[in-house]
Amino acid sequence: MSKERIQISEALYDIMPSDYQDLVKSATYGKEDRGWKDIGTSKELIEQHSLCAGCPESMAFRYILASLPNPEDTVMVGSTGCTSLVFPMVAVHNIHSLFGNQNAIASGLKRALSVRFPDRVKDVVVLAGDGATVDIGLDMTLQAWFRQEKFTTICFDNELYANTGGQESGLMQKGFVAKMAPVGKLFDKVRLPEIARESGCHYVVNCTVSKPSLVEKVIRNAVHIAREIGPTYLQLYTPCILEIGKNSMEGLQEMRDSEKPAERFAYKEYISEPAKQLLTELAAKDKERKAAAKQLAAQAQAN
Amino acid sequence: MAEIKSVIGTQNKKGQTYTDAWKLLNEAPRTPSFFTGSEVIKEAIRRASCDVMIAYPITPQSEAAALIGELFAEGYVGDYFRGESEFAVMSQCAGAAFGGARVFTTTAGPGTMRAMENFPMWAGARLPIQMIVTCRGINSPLSIQPDTLEIAYLLNTGMLVWHAETAQDFFDWILKGYMVSEEPDVHLPLALCCDGFFVTHTKDVVNLTPADMCLPPYDPYRSPVPCMDMECPPVRMMRDPFVMKSNYISYATHASWQQEIWAAVERSRKHSIHWLNGLIDTENTDADIMIVSSGTAVSQGREAIRMLEDEGVRCGLVKVKTLRPWPEEEIREATKNAKHIFVPEFNVTGWLAKEIRATIPNPHRVHAGPHVCGGMTMPPEIIVSEIKTALGMKTLSLAGRGS
Ligand SMILES: Cc1ncc(C[n+]2csc(CCOP(=O)(O)OP(=O)(O)O)c2C)c(N)n1
Ligand code: SF4
Repeated sequence: MSKERIQISEALYDIMPSDYQDLVKSATYGKEDRGWKDIGTSKELIEQHSLCAGCPESMAFRYILASLPNPEDTVMVGSTGCTSLVFPMVAVHNIHSLFGNQNAIASGLKRALSVRFPDRVKDVVVLAGDGATVDIGLDMTLQAWFRQEKFTTICFDNELYANTGGQESGLMQKGFVAKMAPVGKLFDKVRLPEIARESGCHYVVNCTVSKPSLVEKVIRNAVHIAREIGPTYLQLYTPCILEIGKNSMEGLQEMRDSEKPAERFAYKEYISEPAKQLLTELAAKDKERKAAAKQLAAQAQAN
Repeated sequence: MAEIKSVIGTQNKKGQTYTDAWKLLNEAPRTPSFFTGSEVIKEAIRRASCDVMIAYPITPQSEAAALIGELFAEGYVGDYFRGESEFAVMSQCAGAAFGGARVFTTTAGPGTMRAMENFPMWAGARLPIQMIVTCRGINSPLSIQPDTLEIAYLLNTGMLVWHAETAQDFFDWILKGYMVSEEPDVHLPLALCCDGFFVTHTKDVVNLTPADMCLPPYDPYRSPVPCMDMECPPVRMMRDPFVMKSNYISYATHASWQQEIWAAVERSRKHSIHWLNGLIDTENTDADIMIVSSGTAVSQGREAIRMLEDEGVRCGLVKVKTLRPWPEEEIREATKNAKHIFVPEFNVTGWLAKEIRATIPNPHRVHAGPHVCGGMTMPPEIIVSEIKTALGMKTLSLAGRGS
């Protein structure tokens, strides 16, 4: 989408919903340097949500949407779960269809967009819960990676099925007593980040969403690498405060506690060799671009 | 808005000329060719300007799916790959259709059932995907022979469902199917069914349109719902998600959307009549006895009519071409003179007879059967025998034949 497409005819401006006017006036579509710092100063691609108050998924959504490098040409794919309550309020095209088939949907979507727009960049980003990604949808998650489909998969790991009321999931910790795990979960948390690496992902990160700048960095890397090289995977801890019995203000601390060095969500990153090379090239280009902009600004001031 | 130019008369990258669909199907020269049903599917897709085809093997459609892979290698299809299961394939088809592609896939029996959750989703999302179902047994014990039980399940998904009798039907209906299902007031998926093996694996003379002419491409911007490609401004769809909201608006929205899907099925009626030259074909509708049938049972019914004629029994025929939209009026009209209506079916439950009973006045006229199931063939003799028995005529016991 070019930014011009969202311009409103002057004659119709005043009858457009204010929400839409705001999007056109001050959303961050088309801005090269968009990021989490835009939150609160420009129109966000997600504002309201109907998640529980204080749910870390809502924070994660905001950071991710603020960090997409190319929202005007990004299509997101979701799945059934708490996230599907948010997608209707997201201002990029997004698809919800069934539960667990998000990576299959994204495979077809990305290929269709590549056939239809061979000379343009159209990013596809999948965002789904751990039940959708690692349990019911695991074969489709893995097979998309085996096939080297060029999109990013993000798993909101809240270590249980939140939307159906807190049942055991494959990413739940061993021993945790949950609905449908009446004597505690009997097997270990599935090691999907490692499996992702072995399955052909070129960039894999396991972390929490406690630091917006970190989320911004990993999202940008993941989308750029997926665009150029192949599949990327982010597993983000977004604790379900409701089901683990925390208050709405305690989500952040829960994440901080679980990202300590010996904990489950200590920052882990894997980058394949071609992906490393790409990131180096992108960093160099970015530096050049910023230096040129600075020079231009200095010249303008001098004139 | 940029000016939209017609592509008719221009060439695609394979050198095929985009041709007005009506002209292609009704006026272009036809060449008789001797092909299996699977090869005919390939030839139809060669002319269908398909963007994406996704495949998974299951007998008896595997060959057709593989042949379309050859078309992709030759450059006739935009993209092609094997998915990991039918559930995944139908989801991949959905993704491609959401992204604005003309999509084709094929499946059969158990594959159809495994993928089933996708079909009402396709219809609900208004994705005009075309799926060939080459029917086969779905129950245990395992059977790979034709049986049409999966059609019964498809009837309530909101998809258009057509049932081809011959390879010629197949060729024409694949191309016509896109024309109907992509109409903006329809925009629904199409399950184009046939009785596997009988149609896919037998050779027949099929009149093909020229290979250097093809359908105009799909225009995703004629869709009644936005194409998911970020080429039109995205809006927040709603302030509150509908799911989980136990309020009247939520219920009313879901209810009205479901009704809209079925209204779209109804709206496909006029387009289907236009392209298929009616939803049914008939013979001898003034006869007291009618055979009403779909798929290859129609061919067997025709043969039974010829045999009955030899014995002085006059019998008529209704070939039901579209199961959705359901030709309610047409069947009523065609059977209004009939005292006895026989519905031969390749399945044990008799779903077609049930539909007909629910459609016509005096439904006791309907004799549900004969049925063959588990992949058995339907000799015309058993249709003759069923009819003669019902009429109180003497009939040879089939079981005793040859003893
Ligand atoms: C085929 C199917 N099975 C089960 C469900 C019920 N279901 C809805 S959401 C959900 C759990 C979602 O869990 P997860 O993916 O972890 O996301 P979360 O809600 O935790 O964010 C389940 C089991 C469904 N919608 N479809
Ligand atoms: S149930 Fe849990 S994951 Fe879902 S919105 Fe509430 S806190 Fe968040």
